[in-house]
Amino acid sequence: MTTTSLISILIMSMLINNVVLSQFLGICPFLGVSKKVETASGMGAAVIFVITLSSVICGLIYHFILHPLGLDYLNTIVFILVIAALVQFVEMFLKKMIPSLYKALGVYLPLITTNCAVLGAVLLNVQNEYNVIQGIVNGFATSVGFAISIIILAGLREKMQYNRIPKAVKGFPFTMFTACLMAIAFCGFSGLK
Amino acid sequence: MTFTENTPLERLYNGIVRENPTLVIVLGMCPTLAVTTSAMNGIGMGLSTTVVLCLSNLFISLLRNVIPDEIRIPSFIVIIASFVTMVDMLMQAYTPELYKSLGIYIPLIVVNCIIFGRAEAYAYKNKPLASFFDGIGMGLGFTLAITVMGFFRELIGSGAVFGHAVGNLPAYAPSIFVMAPGAFLVLAIMITIRAYIINTIEAKKGIRLAVTHTDEEGSECSSCAMRFSCAGKFVKVEEMMAANKAAKEAEEAKKAAEAKKAEEAKKAEEAEKASSEEVKEEAVKENPEKAEAAAEEEKEEAAETAEEASEETKEEAAEEKAEEDKA
Repeated sequence: MTTTSLISILIMSMLINNVVLSQFLGICPFLGVSKKVETASGMGAAVIFVITLSSVICGLIYHFILHPLGLDYLNTIVFILVIAALVQFVEMFLKKMIPSLYKALGVYLPLITTNCAVLGAVLLNVQNEYNVIQGIVNGFATSVGFAISIIILAGLREKMQYNRIPKAVKGFPFTMFTACLMAIAFCGFSGLK
Repeated sequence: MTFTENTPLERLYNGIVRENPTLVIVLGMCPTLAVTTSAMNGIGMGLSTTVVLCLSNLFISLLRNVIPDEIRIPSFIVIIASFVTMVDMLMQAYTPELYKSLGIYIPLIVVNCIIFGRAEAYAYKNKPLASFFDGIGMGLGFTLAITVMGFFRELIGSGAVFGHAVGNLPAYAPSIFVMAPGAFLVLAIMITIRAYIINTIEAKKGIRLAVTHTDEEGSECSSCAMRFSCAGKFVKVEEMMAANKAAKEAEEAKKAAEAKKAEEAKKAEEAEKASSEEVKEEAVKENPEKAEAAAEEEKEEAAETAEEASEETKEEAAEEKAEEDKA
């Protein structure tokens, strides 16, 4: 494991294989919580927090419990339960210990349990055979990629809120067209490889 | 089409047409976008989701009286995750190629909003058989939608149908359709068409067709399991059905009223006719020439009354009759 490989994981997961725009994970919050930049950045921050933490914990569980015992087939069940429990735990912990952070992230935390980006990032760590450190870097980069794209989309939607659009295209399809253009822009990053 | 509620057939129709998860409710967007690079992938993903969906629906429905309300969500997660793991291992063993091309999206069926949504909205409240067929219906609706989407993306993006190249097409195919942006583009177009059709029908019939769930500003995300804590207001199916029923009843009442009116008008006309004939007979006795003119007048008058008849009541007709009798 060299620093170069960590940096390449960082760039790959953040920009080139952007979690939303090229892997289609976390589409629900991407479309749902991107009305305003403020809420989008709240969601982005909460996702960074949870994905990084869950890749630490799931990485440890996988490398020290599941894999040595040959229980790889329990991955999906264990990971989803760990994530669900983790989110609950983080919520309670923040509420008690850091109320200001809880106030900022609170609303978004419960939404994250079913965000497939979290489970996706953890499963990708296993599938790509990353070790714990690489897994944490990958998780962090994935979540930053999510935050970047949701904040950009929210900015675009805020700008275009009062544009005149045909009724049938309004709402969901219009957001999809915007996401399509963003995905084309992100295709440009594949030159970084 | 009308079916008895909660029968297997009704559930199938509901899942495939009325509440199609992809095209009507707009659920489970992640796999819809991700695996539709070819029609075959769409079928594979759709069928594996269907299997998980109907089995998890069946088991959650069987256990619905055992699972306490407070911990139902973790329980659903465990049940769903178990079935997903089974499907995952079976596919790895028997369809290795498909498994490879679907990759990480097979284990991610766990967090597919459709499965969670059906568990919460239907299976937890209904009988096992209906829930099982609800799962099949929803699963087939999903399969159909993503297969169609995969078909078009494959045809346009790589010039092939189910993996077989169509003539010279691959050489000219714009590959962006099988890349990430193409997924957003094709789905956006499909949803636009759906919205256009639904808007048109709704405007024509004056009823609500789609089960939509929107936040104040009209975005349609929040029907995933997320909607519990999301600001989105979910228009419940029952509420929508009730509203539609009320609209239908109102229409029927209106029709009945119109029919009554028409009947009254008919009666009035008959009365009119009878009276004019009487007058005619009298006139013929007195003066033949005058009688003809009078008859013509009566005819015109009768025509006019027939036109206005729909607005007149019996009483008015009676009054006119009296007047004419005097004349």
